[in-house]
Amino acid sequence: MNKITEELLKIVSDWKGIPDAAYNIREDTGCAGRRSTENIRIDSKTDKPGIDIRVKPGTRGEMVYIPACVTHSAVDDLVYNDFYIGAGADVTIVAGCGVHSDGEEEAKHNGIHRFFLEKGARVLYLEKHIGTGGGAGARVINPVTDAELAEDAYMEMNTTQIGGVDSTLRKTTAVLGKNARMVVKEKLLTEGVQTAESDFVITLAGEGSGAHLISRSVAKQRSSQLFRSRLIGEAACSGHSECDAIIMDDGVVSAIPELTAHNVDAALIHEAAIGKIAGEQITKLMTLGLTEKQAEEKIIEGFLK
Amino acid sequence: MLELEHISFTVSSAAEQAEKGILDDVSLTVGDNRFVVITGPNGGGKSTLAKIIMGIERPSSGRILFDGQDITGLSVTERADLGIAYAFQQPVRFKGLTVSDLVGLSARKELGRGELCQYLTEVGLCARDYIDRDVNASLSGGEIKRIEIAMALARGAKLTLFDEPEAGIDLWSFNHLIAVFQKLRRETRGTSLIISHQERILDIADEIVVLAAGRIAARGHKDEVLPKLLETGSSVNFCEGKVEANA
Repeated sequence: MNKITEELLKIVSDWKGIPDAAYNIREDTGCAGRRSTENIRIDSKTDKPGIDIRVKPGTRGEMVYIPACVTHSAVDDLVYNDFYIGAGADVTIVAGCGVHSDGEEEAKHNGIHRFFLEKGARVLYLEKHIGTGGGAGARVINPVTDAELAEDAYMEMNTTQIGGVDSTLRKTTAVLGKNARMVVKEKLLTEGVQTAESDFVITLAGEGSGAHLISRSVAKQRSSQLFRSRLIGEAACSGHSECDAIIMDDGVVSAIPELTAHNVDAALIHEAAIGKIAGEQITKLMTLGLTEKQAEEKIIEGFLK
Repeated sequence: MLELEHISFTVSSAAEQAEKGILDDVSLTVGDNRFVVITGPNGGGKSTLAKIIMGIERPSSGRILFDGQDITGLSVTERADLGIAYAFQQPVRFKGLTVSDLVGLSARKELGRGELCQYLTEVGLCARDYIDRDVNASLSGGEIKRIEIAMALARGAKLTLFDEPEAGIDLWSFNHLIAVFQKLRRETRGTSLIISHQERILDIADEIVVLAAGRIAARGHKDEVLPKLLETGSSVNFCEGKVEANA
């Protein structure tokens, strides 16, 4: 594992050395380390780049780390990772991707993650993305997440992109079975001339299924973001999506919600709010002694916390 | 400590195509460690006066001195640094900032959990239930108001402006609020300038200032002003033209 990978790992997955858990570290399209445990098995795919992660039914409280790093320009990484979560298992998966470029050419990571949650399985999926380095080459991260949740399964996805990524296209789809629930919390910050596009399609197929999707984003300077969310209710279900964005300088945010109900008992709601930081919030923090700039930073830090 | 010299404030009224006076030649001196209550009818200019002292609004004319220093041209931040604090009438809500974030920012130092809890307990909140909560729309009007007062207490400023601290506070919590102000006064934690309509807050004031139609309509010790206010039963009697200014 090289130095840049170590630094990126600290940021994207709070890396504090080799964990006492299952892990796989992807570095510049190769594998920089792997461990399976008794309950969690990680194997390389044989037909394409990537790994299969299999969690035994009933496994509880274990963690899996699968960070990926691109440490220089002129790398176009494509990886397929499939997660099979056994019935009744309850695990935390720490993904995350760091892309570093000091060169003139693009550094790119495309991670395609598929999740198959069996009955009653629970997953907390943490995904943090960052770009670093001073090269002119663009840092690009395009994550794809597909999830299938069986009856009573629960998945929470916390996805954060905190800076330095020049271009990102984030696609998430999920199909929820009976009484399955999915919570997605997205945090995005873009600056300079960066672009970010999020595209969520959640199908509430099973009776009693529910989805809660919250996106908070900040677009600074001349950056732009596009947020699309589609909730499709095919049964008696509940779905809520919320896009809350702060724009600063010449930032642009578009929010395009779509709700489709195929069932009279599908309760679907979308909320979207885009605007600048409320002046009274800045004034309040200034009365506590912060300067206008410090107040803005504090408000954004809290908003994206 | 605080000297307001001939403060006037006007806004342009598009509808009437004219300037509208909110404050008209207000002069007021407040000494160290005083507990002064400003009262008067709605629309009389009380909140505007507090905002002008904090620097949120700039006076059209007049000067503000704080500890002898002319602060008329200073920013809100600079005034906060000098020791002026302001508890808003309608506290501001934040997405993502917690009660402990805001009370900590107010104290301007790292607060231990014990200290944080003490400020919340002082305003009648069970600290454990609130410390990690976001100061957002999920808090009721009374809860957020009490947090606002806890923030002002944590500031421990030389001069604290409270804009209608009783607004939105339920009857049960109101007794607690009075106790907070009694303690504040007893411990003489700096000067408090409180905008209030509540008799029990007026009752613990060193001095009462009645502001009506942008002018000081009455001013004096509570023993002089309070009976007049209570006799009239309505602050309307302090409207311009009905009562001579005695200050």
